[in-house]
Amino acid sequence: MHDYLHIDRAKMVFDTKKGKFTALTDINLTVKQGEFIALIGHSGCGKSTLLNLVAGLNDPSEGVLLLNNREIKGPGPDRGMVFQNHSLLPWLTCYGNIHLAVERVFGGKESARQLRDRTMNALELVHLTHAADKRPSEISGGMKQRVGIARALAMEPKVLLMDEPFGALDALTRASLQDELMRIVEETKATTLMVTHDVDEAVLLSDRIVMMTNGPAATIGEILDVDLPRPRDRLALAEDAHYHHLRGQVLAFLYQKHHKKAA
Amino acid sequence: MSATTLDEGSLKDIMNAPDTVPLTPAPVARAAATLETAAPPERSAHVLALTESLGRGFSAALPPTLGLILFILAWQLVSSSGGESGLPGPAKTWTSAQALFADPFYDNGPNDKGIGWNILHSLYRVGAGFGLAALVGIPLGFMIGRFTFLSGMVAPIISLLRPVSPLAWLPIGLYVFKETEPASLWVIFISSIWPIILNTAAGVSRVPQDYLNVARVLNLSEWKIFTRILFPSVLPHLMTGIRLSIGVAWLVIVAAEMLTGGTGLGFWVWDEWNNLNVEHILIAIFIVGIVGLMLEQMLVMIANQFNYE
Ligand SMILES: Nc1ncnc2c1ncn2[C@@H]1O[C@H](COP(=O)(O)OP(=O)(O)OP(=O)(O)O)[C@@H](O)[C@H]1O
Ligand SMILES: [Mg+2]
Repeated sequence: MHDYLHIDRAKMVFDTKKGKFTALTDINLTVKQGEFIALIGHSGCGKSTLLNLVAGLNDPSEGVLLLNNREIKGPGPDRGMVFQNHSLLPWLTCYGNIHLAVERVFGGKESARQLRDRTMNALELVHLTHAADKRPSEISGGMKQRVGIARALAMEPKVLLMDEPFGALDALTRASLQDELMRIVEETKATTLMVTHDVDEAVLLSDRIVMMTNGPAATIGEILDVDLPRPRDRLALAEDAHYHHLRGQVLAFLYQKHHKKAA
Repeated sequence: MSATTLDEGSLKDIMNAPDTVPLTPAPVARAAATLETAAPPERSAHVLALTESLGRGFSAALPPTLGLILFILAWQLVSSSGGESGLPGPAKTWTSAQALFADPFYDNGPNDKGIGWNILHSLYRVGAGFGLAALVGIPLGFMIGRFTFLSGMVAPIISLLRPVSPLAWLPIGLYVFKETEPASLWVIFISSIWPIILNTAAGVSRVPQDYLNVARVLNLSEWKIFTRILFPSVLPHLMTGIRLSIGVAWLVIVAAEMLTGGTGLGFWVWDEWNNLNVEHILIAIFIVGIVGLMLEQMLVMIANQFNYE
């Protein structure tokens, strides 16, 4: 596994009506190919902003982001994105929303039938075959999120960027999709950056947990190595002492050390 | 290339102008909707629920009915207080209307046609003038919404020309085209084009950033962005523009036809004034109102098809 994503002294300053607002500063992170990174931090610290930088939706004010040794200049279908607010197009059905992505990535190479199968497979993955012909306004918030996940996965991206993808889901659906995600990432070897507020989810899924300090001018506070062997089993981990130790460290950061270090 | 992030300052003033209205259905439509839902045809409903819903249907229908009755009473009062030379009353007007609509499509030469023909002529002019306005206004609106530079260029011209009274354009039309028919189409065209341009441009500049981000992450082609994101997203605004536009066109056509003559409702009103047939003038006012209402309702219904939320 070699270094794949490289973030070097990235800084993000927004121009707002009240002047300049520094959201992120001095972000340094190197991610290996196939690695699973969880981003955790308090609301408003800049997790989505960091994800947008990797997606190429925003350019950093300073510093540089390299993907596979090339500077990130704008978005590309090699990076699939699950948006925090799912961002489904309301005039397309669930099927249509996913098909739009599938068509873009595989349209030149595959037959209409294959594209259709890919779309249906993606829907099946998130257990939404029955909602294929429904518009986003006709389904629940959790279902919308699942369609957003299916859309990103269907593109078979090399890098998977997920902004709180399981936020609006009930515990059962969440668990089943987490397992599904572990399986898919194992299979596709996708490099994954996932924002989450759920400490258990972060420890269960990731290889490393990136913990961010509070904004403004947030930066990476600590990085925790999650050295639990894979494949991981949520029931077995519940009894695992090391799992609880890691979990405790994340909690300690969030609730004790989360305040910004004196700079 | 943030072509869609429009500079707020340049178009803001015009876009906040009364021509661009928020996307709420007309109150008439809402009243109609409550009427419809008031008595759901549920067979399993209890008798109690049924009487309740009947009661609700009744109370929804009551205010408009009462209003109409009062209106007709007031009309009767005004007409009878005027004595012999007063306005014709409701009954007299109604009889006259029945005679008029008994044979709406007769044709006795150029200045004596049935009321049906006159309505159709007016509708045709509105349709043709508005069609031309849409043909020019929609693409122009898209371009103004997408390109800040262009919007900056045309903003002063639009602000200058939009407040001009529609009929002020008629002499220009008569002078350029030398004929009344194209001149009246021209008046409809120029007065109905502004709402289309402004609402389309406002719609384009207000496409949610989320949707554009999706387009960017998926790396969609310009054509796909237009057909799958821009156009569907602008459609509700566009429908508002069309509705306002046709409303204006219908207002203007009667006045324009009064001046140009020949055929149409406006001409008919003027002709009946010359004949001193006041009943027919009253009837014409009702026709103009009812046709306008039907146009509006039709467009609201179409617009609701494109309401995704
Ligand atoms: N386009 C923007 N313009 C100005 N300020 C912005 C912009 N986007 C984000 N910010 C600011 O940057 C900070 C970080 O925002 P961001 O959305 O990245 O937070 P977050 O960590 O994702 O929060 P949450 O967990 O609530 O989603 C916030 O203070 C926000 O107000
Ligand atoms: Mg966020």
